[in-house]
Amino acid sequence: MLATDILQVKNLVKHYPNVKAVNGIDLNLKKGVCFGLLGPNGAGKTTTVEILEGINHASSGEILYKGQPLDEQFRNEAGIMFQSTALQDYITVRETLDMFARFYPKNLDVDNLILRCNLTEYLDQDNRQLSGGQRQRLLLAIALVNDPDIIFLDEPTTGLDPQARRNFWDLINDIKAEGKTIVLTTHYMDEAYSLCDEIAIMDHGKIIAEGTPKTLLSENFNDAVLQLPEKELNKIDLSNLTTHIKDEYIEITTCDVNGVVSMLIENSISLSHLQIRPRTLDDLFLELTGKELRT
Amino acid sequence: MSFKRFLALFSTRNKEFFRDRSSLSWNILMPVLIVAGFSFAFSGDIGKQFKVAVLNESMANAQSQKFLKLKHIDFYSVKSTGYEIKNTVAKVQRHQVDMLLDAKSQKYWINTESPSGYLVEKILLSSADNNFDKQTVTGKQIRYIDWVIPGILSMNMMFSALFGVGFVIVRYRKNGMLKRLKATPITAFEYLSAQIASRIILIMVVTAFVFYGTHLFVDFVMNGSHFNLFLVFALGALSMISLGLVIAARITSEETAGGMLNLFSWPMMFFSGVWFSLEGAAPVMQSIAEIFPLTHVTTAARAIMIDGAGLIDISYHLIILSLQSAAFLLFGAWFFKWD
Repeated sequence: MLATDILQVKNLVKHYPNVKAVNGIDLNLKKGVCFGLLGPNGAGKTTTVEILEGINHASSGEILYKGQPLDEQFRNEAGIMFQSTALQDYITVRETLDMFARFYPKNLDVDNLILRCNLTEYLDQDNRQLSGGQRQRLLLAIALVNDPDIIFLDEPTTGLDPQARRNFWDLINDIKAEGKTIVLTTHYMDEAYSLCDEIAIMDHGKIIAEGTPKTLLSENFNDAVLQLPEKELNKIDLSNLTTHIKDEYIEITTCDVNGVVSMLIENSISLSHLQIRPRTLDDLFLELTGKELRT
Repeated sequence: MSFKRFLALFSTRNKEFFRDRSSLSWNILMPVLIVAGFSFAFSGDIGKQFKVAVLNESMANAQSQKFLKLKHIDFYSVKSTGYEIKNTVAKVQRHQVDMLLDAKSQKYWINTESPSGYLVEKILLSSADNNFDKQTVTGKQIRYIDWVIPGILSMNMMFSALFGVGFVIVRYRKNGMLKRLKATPITAFEYLSAQIASRIILIMVVTAFVFYGTHLFVDFVMNGSHFNLFLVFALGALSMISLGLVIAARITSEETAGGMLNLFSWPMMFFSGVWFSLEGAAPVMQSIAEIFPLTHVTTAARAIMIDGAGLIDISYHLIILSLQSAAFLLFGAWFFKWD
């Protein structure tokens, strides 16, 4: 384990009766990175993260935090935000933060945390009266209350509106700027691309791709996607191209963008609605995990 | 064990309870309403059957047998041990039994202040030829409301203990609150001890409120030490909270928890001598009642409030409650799961 590694996972396995939820995972997380764990429903990422958080036990394998098995030091230095956590009724935001702060030997200044997570207006509000965004910010504040070295964020923006999501991303970027290590699971590929320095894509209990978002995209794709309204392209034969219908548009995936554009011009296709985009993590995700619906 | 973490959980749980106005009101109002209802129901003259306790019934002589054959008198047999005789004489003093008759020696005890005792004596003497040996006692009447109040206080405590801890733990397990606490340095021991301490204090505050509040409009008897009663209720609360912990140790569904808690609370409510005396009940039922913590709390509280019993007198019940508390606590803590 290198001095820069904060969390090391070796051959992690978790078997339930009839299900291999996690099937031999190895990870090395360096200090200060934002690591994204992605995967379709049932891929095993929640089980993996819960084992890393010390909430669930592995069937076999080893997890080392700062070179040591998960122990009291880990519980004191880890900040955890579950996807859904109930908070106590009849207790205010301030009291909730104070309670969690008293669980740890080391704390951030609660007033400062309140300011940082934009909770000042809701301090005396009962937990039950918080909106989705306010609640997520409180859960993040709870995860930060012990000034953690490593923070686990499990789908932190699920269910939030676009403004609340952007606001949450800003908070996560602030945390990153402080050099904290973040483990993030999310279903939003734009979120992973925007926030994560490294990602791993899981499927069927295994990591099937790992690296920086840009590296993974460049390793897996050397093409781009051209998008035009379906009605415009009805006139020409596209059978020799890779196409995909999305809503009322046809997407053409090609390595030769110039060639395809020339062909469209030769066939008098209007390019006024043409959109060209590079490949995204969404494409990579679907490419690697398939397009069938997971339940 | 970190006292700081314990206090954080303890104070938050207290706030949660006291701010839940509907639950708090119900905890206080329910026993007061029951007592008020009983007080009203038993305030008038009620046609009643005479009740006579009989010693040595199987060895009854001819004179006694004539009396024992009379209809519309509730005869029940008591063992001729010193303790039973003393106990039954005390009931004659309290007007709970109209007469104690030794069917073998033809000795009888009546309360000279009891109209029913006077009438039963007249019936006894007119039904038999020989004179019986009269023993007199005196004492203020113990009304049913005096007798039932210790049971109602104990029963209210039982519901608060079982549901207040058991149900809450299951709810927190189901909604993920316990899982979140598991991710902190909190230990199961710290969490459970904070829940127990909080609930004991809440139960004692509510019970004291109900006790003194009820006393304002029902002048029930309290012949013993308030401290002794406090001790019995505190130990009883601990025992029943611990039982709640055992029930809630692993359940993840509120519906199952509700069913399990009812499975324990309802038999206790009916077969622990809260509403009616277990004397005269089938021996099997009396043995089963001995298992229930509520039986020991009710009996000990009743002995203090009505008889003015001291700690030595109720030591048997205190020992049973202590042993039950220890057993339930150890098992509950060992069996407990966060999620």
